[in-house]
Amino acid sequence: MVKAIDTRIVDDLVRNEISFATTVPCKQLAGVIEAVDNNNRIMHVPSNKEDEGMGLCAGAYMGGKRPCIIMQNTAIGVVINTLATLIQYYQIPLPMLISYRGEIGEKVACQVEMAVHTKALLNQLAIPTYHFHNAEDVDELDGILKYTQMCKKPTAILTDASFWSSAQ
Amino acid sequence: MIRSDVLKSLIPVISDQLVVCNIGLPSQELFMFDDQPSNFYMLGTMGLSSSIGLGLALVQPKKVIAIDGDGSVLTNLASLSTIANNDCGNYILLIIDNGSYGSTGDQPTYAGRKTSLAAVAKACGCENVVECDAVETAATVKAALDADQMTVIIAKCQSGNIDVPVIEMNPVMIRERFMAEVRR
Ligand SMILES: [Mg+2]
Repeated sequence: MVKAIDTRIVDDLVRNEISFATTVPCKQLAGVIEAVDNNNRIMHVPSNKEDEGMGLCAGAYMGGKRPCIIMQNTAIGVVINTLATLIQYYQIPLPMLISYRGEIGEKVACQVEMAVHTKALLNQLAIPTYHFHNAEDVDELDGILKYTQMCKKPTAILTDASFWSSAQ
Repeated sequence: MIRSDVLKSLIPVISDQLVVCNIGLPSQELFMFDDQPSNFYMLGTMGLSSSIGLGLALVQPKKVIAIDGDGSVLTNLASLSTIANNDCGNYILLIIDNGSYGSTGDQPTYAGRKTSLAAVAKACGCENVVECDAVETAATVKAALDADQMTVIIAKCQSGNIDVPVIEMNPVMIRERFMAEVRR
């Protein structure tokens, strides 16, 4: 079900000319993925795994589109090589909208095991990282998307359970 | 024929096309035989040639040839399902299948044993899958370019390598001159 926050996020993507999205699902992201799929200004190509998705994004960027990837933080464990040797090496701007599983409010203990590594890994990769914890943090999204295009880097937007539960 | 012979035979067919080329020796060979701004050389990230090519083909009208290897496709096998389910007539995936990991010393791949990449592609839903002998590769790619339909080609060749220099070109330069060709 698409909530107002999901529409708000997708509106920010569209306003920043993001016209290609690939997604690997997460329960917390179900609404925003549905909103992306419903939006005819964004081509949505679901991928099976996040490194494959980043390949699609690199191709779409070279074809003249601004891509984004929507995925879970566990994917950081999958994409480190792809981030370093494709997205960063070729300087491709790529906003990553990431559900930050394993934070306060999490019900699945195993999710915590990657949550505790998430920021350290992003930090190690020198990826600009933003953490949405309260509903109003979404006000930063527009600026983050502009910053991503300006610096031609991957950026990480971590959205935790508190953010999703406080947002309407 | 080994992979470098196949690539050399392809030059007249692919020289003026957008080509996304697999990491390692395939890119180095293509660079040595026929460097073109319309070639995107992967310098890292094994397995993503088919995905990069598909992303490019989906968002613009020019034809795209993604050159991949059997070992690389095996590392990103699910890509074949993404390709099948996002049909676009300007995309050709050419898998040069020498049954080995050529760039790392010709260790055998499973594609050289029991696994048929053509059967996998068909099972994933790819509708135009052509398996050909190495000598037929150029003609098969030419026919696919003329056909205006998404095609997956598996070209079977012998394993073996030639000496080629590494690509020293800056990755951002590779990308930017390639993007200029896409826009042209
Ligand atoms: Mg091979």
